[in-house]
Amino acid sequence: MNSLFLTNILNLPLLVHLALPLTIILVYALVAIWGERKVAGFIQDRLGPMRVGGWHGWAQSIADLLKLIQKEDIVPTNASRFLFKFAPFMMFAASYAAFAVIPFSSGYIGSNINIGVFYLLAVTSVLTLSIIMAAWASNNKWSLLGGMRSAAQMVSYEVPTIATVLTVIVVAGSLNLMTVTEMQSGNDILGFLPNWFIFQNPFLIVAFVIFFISILAESHRVPFDLPESESELVAGYQTEYSGMRWAMFMLAEYADMLLLSLLGAVLFFGGWNSPFGDFMGGPVWGFFWFMLKGLLLVFVMMWIRWTLPRYRVDQLMHICWSVLIPLSFINLVLVALWELIF
Amino acid sequence: MELTTILFYLFAIVTISAAAVMVFSKNIVHSAFALMFTLIGVAALYVLLYADFIAATQLLVYVGGILILILFGVMLTTQGRTFSFKTSTVNLTPASILSVAAALLLIYAFVQTDWKITDSGVRDETVHELGMMLMGEYVLPFIAVGVLLLIAIIGAILMSTRLSANNDGEV
Repeated sequence: MNSLFLTNILNLPLLVHLALPLTIILVYALVAIWGERKVAGFIQDRLGPMRVGGWHGWAQSIADLLKLIQKEDIVPTNASRFLFKFAPFMMFAASYAAFAVIPFSSGYIGSNINIGVFYLLAVTSVLTLSIIMAAWASNNKWSLLGGMRSAAQMVSYEVPTIATVLTVIVVAGSLNLMTVTEMQSGNDILGFLPNWFIFQNPFLIVAFVIFFISILAESHRVPFDLPESESELVAGYQTEYSGMRWAMFMLAEYADMLLLSLLGAVLFFGGWNSPFGDFMGGPVWGFFWFMLKGLLLVFVMMWIRWTLPRYRVDQLMHICWSVLIPLSFINLVLVALWELIF
Repeated sequence: MELTTILFYLFAIVTISAAAVMVFSKNIVHSAFALMFTLIGVAALYVLLYADFIAATQLLVYVGGILILILFGVMLTTQGRTFSFKTSTVNLTPASILSVAAALLLIYAFVQTDWKITDSGVRDETVHELGMMLMGEYVLPFIAVGVLLLIAIIGAILMSTRLSANNDGEV
């Protein structure tokens, strides 16, 4: 290693720049797992975790994490060792890589590249592969069934997701998520509503509904959690995993949820823009608003999880191919026409 | 060495070693996953060539689409016995002669060609230019490729439905 390389790597501002989303994700995952259990508890008219840490069991996730670190790392005898051990890390790497193009505030974006959202969609497709990798390497029929379901589901629901993202891109005219956010600044609609894309065009409301259903399916949330439906497949592709490797899967799943919710916030709800125009604006408040919007969408996902039952595989495919895909294509044409006329 | 040079060698090693694993592995699923590393390495090399759009397309189409279809096909056709599914080496001599000849031809072409080296310079936006060219100068080939893909999709649907209709008739 020569010195120039080391100065490039050991550059402190660069390291902070690279690790900022990681810190956000780790803190968010601890809070979100606790929050999910509390939301589940309240919806089912019970309390959820209450003991660890004193106030409403806030330290429950930290205790769980410490427990998971101490667990034995079990690899099944007939598993494909390298792929089995590698899959959880690849899954998290794929979802973390996508955070590079998310504009967290007007002052921070990991990489301000021109193909932004296209890169995000491309990198998250590696997630599917890492699930198949984990499923196949486990050498377990439940894992394999879960992996196959996940692959079919993610490949199918990628189509309506990309089609709805495309409708927003048609309106915005840029793939760069920072530019997309900047275009939604100001409060001009009906005199007081913010210039968010969801308010700009009636067909974009339809696009948001399709987008939200698709990201529920892409992040394997109820009612589309067939890859890990515990009543029939034990835990799907995670069946053979234990300890920290399993924790990596959970981290990647929660990171994926946050990623897709933040993408929804950028595309439809103005990203880091304040809902009150310049009031409470600026980079720090921008970060607050952006996380608030993202976490609200995450909360809606949790709410849906404890409200709706699970769909069957054939119903899942029917919703995607016969309803969402035709609707999203028609919607794309209508949005383009609206942009042409107004 | 600059960081980009080190990254180039890193990704070149990843690409080539994964390609070697893909060719020499006896397990077809291992080969498929090695192919994934090759494709990701090639995508990274595209990024180093300032072709970021092509790199993302490579990931989306090959890694996110075709490779998943390959794995899906392999897992469906082997019917649960995926772990015992092995490939064997046949025609070792003619294959090695042919591949050595192809390698020599490629190396000869590489040495003989007068490569134009341009200054890497400032990074330009490629997406806008690409879109303008696809919708302007090359609109006819673009539409032709689209129609070709549509015909392929319709053909695939027709073949699969006819097959299942026949099966229903027999049963």
